Amino acid sequence: MCGIVGLFLKDRSLEPQLGAMLSDMLVTMTDRGPDSAGIAIYGTPSDGRAKITVQSADPKQDFAGLEAALKPADSSVAVELKSTHAVIEASADKAQAVRDLLVQERPEIRVMGSGDSVEIYKEVGLPKDVVSRFGIRQMAGTHGIGHTRMATESAVTTLGAHPFSTGADQCLVHNGSLSNHNNLRRELVREGMTFETQNDTEVAAAYLSAEMAKGKDLGQALTSALDDLDGFFTFVVGTKSGFGVVRDPIACKPAVMAETDQYIAFGSEYRALVNLPGIENARVWEPEPATVYFWDHEKAA
Amino acid sequence: MDVSVKRESLEAMRVFDLATTPLRELNSALHAIAPGTNDTNFEVVNPRGSHAVAVGIDQPVTVEVRGSVGYYCAGMNDGGTVTVHGSAGPGVAENMMSGTVVIEGDASQYAGATGRGGLLVIKGNAASRCGISMKGIDIVVQGNIGHMSAFMGQSGHLVVLGNAGDALGDSLYEAKLFVRGEVKSLGADCIQKEMKPKHLKLLAELLERAGITGVSPEEFKRYGSARTLYNFNIDNADAY
Repeated sequence: MCGIVGLFLKDRSLEPQLGAMLSDMLVTMTDRGPDSAGIAIYGTPSDGRAKITVQSADPKQDFAGLEAALKPADSSVAVELKSTHAVIEASADKAQAVRDLLVQERPEIRVMGSGDSVEIYKEVGLPKDVVSRFGIRQMAGTHGIGHTRMATESAVTTLGAHPFSTGADQCLVHNGSLSNHNNLRRELVREGMTFETQNDTEVAAAYLSAEMAKGKDLGQALTSALDDLDGFFTFVVGTKSGFGVVRDPIACKPAVMAETDQYIAFGSEYRALVNLPGIENARVWEPEPATVYFWDHEKAA
Repeated sequence: MDVSVKRESLEAMRVFDLATTPLRELNSALHAIAPGTNDTNFEVVNPRGSHAVAVGIDQPVTVEVRGSVGYYCAGMNDGGTVTVHGSAGPGVAENMMSGTVVIEGDASQYAGATGRGGLLVIKGNAASRCGISMKGIDIVVQGNIGHMSAFMGQSGHLVVLGNAGDALGDSLYEAKLFVRGEVKSLGADCIQKEMKPKHLKLLAELLERAGITGVSPEEFKRYGSARTLYNFNIDNADAY
């Protein structure tokens, strides 16, 4: 099964509540998957700063003195610890140097995602525990996606949890299972992509990242995914300023969307949407099979 | 009006608020109804997308659901009249035996799947696989239906006032399909058939039962099975 949610705000006055709204939506979907949960929140980027969300199986040891250890790469680096995760903020032009030093200094630490605005938190366990562990309810943002997993394709681990991020400010959640992910992974490895897991969804994320690296926008990348990905999927995808949804042509994985003047929301089920403001007057619809939906804050502005 | 009758009908209406009452209480109350009782009017408020609302009804009760429901609403209905004043999630009225289910909004995938009898009316659109494996149910959709609808339909009728998606009636047996708008594509072994006077009469009755007026049976086209896939024939292997 799996439960997925997404929320893209149009009304800036709702931004302080994004984390709380998305957390409620995800917790409602708990009975669609008990194995692991994750949320990606896109905050307002600050000029010239980059964020790297990292995770450790042994945070006590790996995060001790982390900020000082990274200072040689960027004197402005700041580390915020959140349970098993940490958000490293650095100058955008020194972010790569910080990552290189991180690999050298703390090889056990895993990068969950990076970019100008995204923060990604995911762990084994139920949505209510994951959102409270990382304080997601207190987070502000412009858009975000979330996932609660019933594992089918790979191990129940932190790295096997969604969202998967394979490019700067890009991430994806998936309900379904892909059947051609092994072949596609081999092709993407040949093109230079790297993989952390044997998970099918990571391949979909990497595929979209590779297509966008070739110059496509999110909508165009999702359109090519319909030709190149085989299997069952409802995807919800986030980029720095964009939010997309696509379902495979068979469309047996459920999906409901709602739009008002204030937001665009996605849920695996209508239950996930019932607490959103103004839902009783929202336009509620089921996304069509093999049809790409995407919205972009920058293009809308 | 006779005052005593009025009081009796008021007392008979039982309201279940799913924001405060477990779903199991509603369904248990529906299952506990003895034949011949007067206690047959139910109202469900705050369904908020709940699954399995009013499933397994086996008495001629009336259930008014005020809001949208999730999976399998009114499943296995046998004789009840269920109206959803909102939209329905996947599998509404799945395996209905008899009775009436009305969805005022839209219905998600496989509405009326495997239904053996009764009438399902969807006033909005129905998504994919509407009436899949239908076995005697009558389904009337006022809007459009999605792909693979009436797949392997064995008997019963599917009436669509709007358009049908891809692969309508794939591997159809003897379910009869009537579509007023465009059919995006027909599935394997489904063909357009002549609308004979007996079909016009049948369709007029179905529209009347669904409470639809101002639409003439002549506006529809009829689709049915070409009956070439009933038994396996190696020459037809490509069509399966």
